[in-house]
Amino acid sequence: MYPADYRYTKDHEWIKVAGDTGTIGITDYAQHELGDVVFVELPKVGTTLKAGQSLGTVESVKAVSEIYCPVSGEVTEINSALAKTPELINQDPHGAAWLIKLKLAVEKDADALMDAAAYQAYVTEKQKEHSA
Amino acid sequence: MRYLPKSDSERKEMLRAIGANSIEDLFSTIPERFRLKHPLHLPGPLSEAEIIQYFQARAEENARGYTSFLGAGVYQHLRSVVPDAIIQRGEFLTSYTPYQAEISQGTLAAIFEFQTLMCQLTGQEVANASMYDGSTALTEAVLMAERLTDRRHVFIARTVHPEYRQVLQTYAKHLGLELSEVGFTASGQLDVAALDPRALAGAAALVVQSPNFLGVLENLPALAEIAHGSGALLVTGIAEAVSLGTVRPPAEADIVAMEGQSLGVAPSYGGPYVGVIATREKNVRQMPGRLAGQTTDAQGRRGFVLTLATREQHIRREKATSNICTNEALFALAATIHLCLLGKQGLREVAEQNLAKARFAQAELEKIPGVKRAFSGPTFNEFTLEFPRSVKLINAELLREKIIGPLPLGQSYPDQTKRGLVCVTETMPRTEIERLAAAIRRILEKPV
Amino acid sequence: MSQESSRIKKAGRHISQNEGLIFEKSAPGKRGFELPPLDVPPVDATKALGAAYVRDAIEGFPEVSEIEVIRHFTRLSTWNYAIDLGMYPLGSCTMKYNPRVNEFVARLDGLASEHPSQPANVAQGCLRILSDLQKCLLEITGMDAITLQPSAGAQGELTGLLLIRALLESQGNPRKKVLIPDSAHGTNPASVVIAGYEVQNIKSNAHGQIDTDHLREFVDNDTAALMVTNPSTIGVFEERIAEIAEILHSRGAFLYMDGANMNALAGITRPGDFGVDVMHLNLHKTFSTPHGGGGPGAGPVMVKTIFEPYLPVPVLIEKDGRFALDQNRPRSIGRVRAYCGNFGVLLRALAYTLAYGPGIRQATEDAVLNANYIRKGLEGHFDLPYKLPSMHEAVFSDARQKKHGVNTMDIAKRLIDYGFHPYTTAFPLIVPGALMIEPTESESKEECDLFIDAMRAIAEEAEKNPQLVKTAPHSTRVGRLDEVAAARKPVLRWKPSTSGEAAD
Repeated sequence: MYPADYRYTKDHEWIKVAGDTGTIGITDYAQHELGDVVFVELPKVGTTLKAGQSLGTVESVKAVSEIYCPVSGEVTEINSALAKTPELINQDPHGAAWLIKLKLAVEKDADALMDAAAYQAYVTEKQKEHSA
Repeated sequence: MRYLPKSDSERKEMLRAIGANSIEDLFSTIPERFRLKHPLHLPGPLSEAEIIQYFQARAEENARGYTSFLGAGVYQHLRSVVPDAIIQRGEFLTSYTPYQAEISQGTLAAIFEFQTLMCQLTGQEVANASMYDGSTALTEAVLMAERLTDRRHVFIARTVHPEYRQVLQTYAKHLGLELSEVGFTASGQLDVAALDPRALAGAAALVVQSPNFLGVLENLPALAEIAHGSGALLVTGIAEAVSLGTVRPPAEADIVAMEGQSLGVAPSYGGPYVGVIATREKNVRQMPGRLAGQTTDAQGRRGFVLTLATREQHIRREKATSNICTNEALFALAATIHLCLLGKQGLREVAEQNLAKARFAQAELEKIPGVKRAFSGPTFNEFTLEFPRSVKLINAELLREKIIGPLPLGQSYPDQTKRGLVCVTETMPRTEIERLAAAIRRILEKPV
Repeated sequence: MSQESSRIKKAGRHISQNEGLIFEKSAPGKRGFELPPLDVPPVDATKALGAAYVRDAIEGFPEVSEIEVIRHFTRLSTWNYAIDLGMYPLGSCTMKYNPRVNEFVARLDGLASEHPSQPANVAQGCLRILSDLQKCLLEITGMDAITLQPSAGAQGELTGLLLIRALLESQGNPRKKVLIPDSAHGTNPASVVIAGYEVQNIKSNAHGQIDTDHLREFVDNDTAALMVTNPSTIGVFEERIAEIAEILHSRGAFLYMDGANMNALAGITRPGDFGVDVMHLNLHKTFSTPHGGGGPGAGPVMVKTIFEPYLPVPVLIEKDGRFALDQNRPRSIGRVRAYCGNFGVLLRALAYTLAYGPGIRQATEDAVLNANYIRKGLEGHFDLPYKLPSMHEAVFSDARQKKHGVNTMDIAKRLIDYGFHPYTTAFPLIVPGALMIEPTESESKEECDLFIDAMRAIAEEAEKNPQLVKTAPHSTRVGRLDEVAAARKPVLRWKPSTSGEAAD
C-alpha cells in the first residue's frame, strides 16, 4: 500500500528523497479521509519552507486541510496538473498527484520520519480509534 | 396571542409529556437571581390594526408630499408592482439560506440568474449572490484586492461616496491597510497628476467610483492602464446601477463593487439594499460571499447548489475570506425580477430617460443667474451645481415649498459649501423640475 | 424498494412545473415593462456622454413578457420549502413565523419611500421608529446603549469587538486575543480576525459548557474578551455565566455575548443582568424578520455605558421630543455601513415587538416547551450526547444510526420526503454527526407530533432499510446534486454559447 522508499509524517504527508531533491504529497489515508478533492492550493516556486510549516491547502466540498512540509527546503517545482485535475489526488495520491518538489536544506532531514512499516502501523491504529 | 398556535390545555399536556410540573421547571438552569421577577416594560401588546395605526402615524411625520432631488447613493426609480408581489410569496419570503439544495431550487436558480445579470451589467465574468450593500461591498472588494496582490497600500478617490470611504476606514484600521486619498480636477474626475507613480508601484488597488459622488463619469480604461502599469488592481464602485443601461460597463476593472438599490429596491431610509461584487474568473477563490453554481443530480437533471463554500466563515472560520454570512437574497431576487421585466430594451430606455431629464433640469437651473455647473466631466442623472449662496440656506427655504433640494456637498467636502448635488430620475415630472427652478430663482432674487 | 412510507403523514405528491432559466425564454422584441412617455426633449447618449462612455446592447440580456416573468418566478417559488408551509427546524436559525402585518407596514408610503439623506426634520417618523426599537431592545436585553447600524449578526460581532478594542485602546493597551469556545458559530473567529485580534479556542467541558477552571488559566493581560453564545449552540444555558464574567472582569477583559439564541431568554432573563458587557442580536432570528432565502438581516449591538462614546456614527439623539442624528462623535469607531442600517428590517422587528409587548415571555416559553417536547419524543430513538436540560433547541447525534451506515445528512434528506425541512446537520462542531433541532414557538402540538413521528419512522427505516434513507430524498424535483463537480469545474453564470447544452 505505502511505498517502501517513501517517508511519512503523522499529518499524513509523504516525501520521496532523491539526492538533494524531495518530492512531497499526501497519503492514500489522507485522501480517503478528505473525500473528493476539489481544489489544491500550492506555494510559488522559490518559496522557502521550514519543516512543519504549511505549504498549502487541499479542499473537499466542505473542508479545508492544511498540508505541512515534512522537511525544510526551497520549492523548485509544483505539480501544475492539479489546478485543472484535483481529482488526481483521489486517484493516484502516491504517484501522479505529487504536490511539490523541494531542494532540501538538510539532506538527511527525512530520515527522522516514519518509514512505510511504521506509518502503516500508525494508520491502522488511527482506523481502530475511528471505528471504536 | 395570535401568533402562538397553542391552547393552555395543550401546553399543560405537553408539560406532562415532558415530565415537568410547570414551565418554570424548564428554565431551572438559569440561576434564580437572574430570572426576571416582573414583566418587561414594553409597549403593547398591540392588535394588527393598532400596529398599522402606529406606523401610519410615523409615515405622516416624514416627507410625504415632498418632491425630492436627492440621489447621492440612493435613487427613486419606477418599480413595477410585480417584483414585490413575487417576493412576498411565502416560498421566497420565509425560506432559509438554500443549504438544502433539493428543497431550495427556486432560490438557487434565482441566485444563479442574479449572478448572470450582474455579470452582464458590469461586463465582468463572475458575481456573487450579493453583499449587504454598496458600502460594505466596496470595503470587501478592497480587502479582496489586498489578498490578491499581497499589498497593503490603497489609493482611493475623494469622489467615492463619503460614507463608503468611512466604512472602508473603519475596516482598514485594524487590518494594517494604508489608505491614501486622491483628489479631483476641474472636470470632477480623478486627478491623475496627483498619483505618485512610485507610491502606486507598491499599491494593492486604485479605488474609484463611476458615476462618482459628484455625478461625473470616470475614464475607466485610462485609470485601469495606470493601475495595471503598477501592478495594482482597479476597484470600481458603482452607486447608481441604472447608469449601466447606457454607460459603458467597467469591464477593465479587476473588481466591481455595486449598490443594487436602483434595480427595483425601495429607498426605505437606508436599507435593506443589495450589494454586488463582480470580478474576473481567476479571482473567484478570493471573492467573499455566497455563490450558486450549476450542476446535475445522479440522473443528469440540471440543478443548482451553493458552491466554493470553503472560502466562507462556517468552514474556514478565522481564515475565511470574510466574516460575512448573510447575503441580501430577497432583494437580489427583487432586482432579478425587476431586470427581467425591464429587459434589454427597457433597461436602455430607463437610462436614457434619466439622462434626458437630468440634462433638461441642468439646462433649466443654469438659466438662473449665478447658478452654474461645477464640473465639466460627463454626467448621468446627477450633476453638481455651484450657487451664489450656501446650499444649506437655499434648502431651508425650498423645504417650506415642500421641495427637498440639492444635497449640500459641504457636509462631506468643507471647501464646497456653495455646491450642491442634484439628482433627477425618470420619476421626476417636468413640472416639478420647473417648480424647483422657479423656487431657486425666487430665493436667489431675494436680498440676503 | 418502496419509497413511499405509510408513515409519511404530512406530505403528499403533487405536480410541480418544469422551468428553464429566464435567459432561455428570451426572444428579441419581447418586453415586460413600459415607461410613461418622456416629457422633456430626448437626448442622444453618444452625443451627451461621448462615444467612449456609451455601451453597446447587452448580449444575452433577457427579453420576456410580464406573464412569462410571473410564471417563471412563481414556478421557481414552488420548488422551495418555507416556514409558511410547515416546521423549519433548523437549529441555531430560529425559523419562526414572519408576521404578514410586518410586510404591510414596511411598504407604507412615507416609510418605504424615504431617502436616508433627507433632513432630520422631515424624517422624524423614521427616527422615532428607530428610537422606539432601541428602547425595546435595551429593555429586553438589560443593556444601556445601542447601535442599530450593523447589517447582520456577523457585522454586529465585528462592531462589538471594535467597541471593546476602542475602549481598551483608550486605557492604553488594546490587548491581543479573543477567546472563543469550540462550540461557537464560524462567524465569531472570522470577525475576531477583522477586528485585529488573534483567536484562541477554548474547549468545552464534558457537559458542553465552558470550563471555568480552564478559562481561569487562559485569561491574562493579553485577553480582550471572551465571545460566548448563551444558551450555547447545544441549547444549554451557561449556568456559571456570572462566574465567567467575573473571571474576565477581574483581569480587565470583557464578556461578549452572541445573541443568536436570544429566543430562549427574552422575557425570562437579561444578558445585562448576568454580566454581559457587549452583545449583538440577530433580528432575523428572535425578532421574526424574514430570512428571505438568505437575507437581509440586521445585527444591532447593545453595550454597557462605558462603551457608549465609541458607538458607530451617527448616533440617534433625542432633544425635547425631536430626533436628530449626531455625526460629531470624536471617540466613535467610525461607520460600519452607509446610512442608519437596514431600516426596513428594523421596522419589522419593532412591529413584532409591539405585537407581543411584555407577552414576549410567552413566545420564549412556548419555544422552550416545544424543544423539550421534541427532545422527550426522540429520546431513546436518537443518541443524546449532552444530557443537561435543553432550552430552545435539542442536539442529538447520529451515533445509533451510524451503526447501520446512516448519517445525520441521510436522515436530514429523508426528512424532506416526510414533508419537513431538515434540521441543522454539520453544527455544532463539538457534536460529531449532530442533529440540531430548533422548532421555535411557532409550531403547534400537532406539528411537533408529526415531526416526532417522522423522526421515529426514519430511525426505524435506518435500521431496517438503511439504503432507503441513504439515497433520500426520493420525492423532490432533483435528487442529491453533484457538489463535487460543482466545485471542481464551477459554472457560476449562464452564457449564451452554452445555453444549448444547459437546457438539456
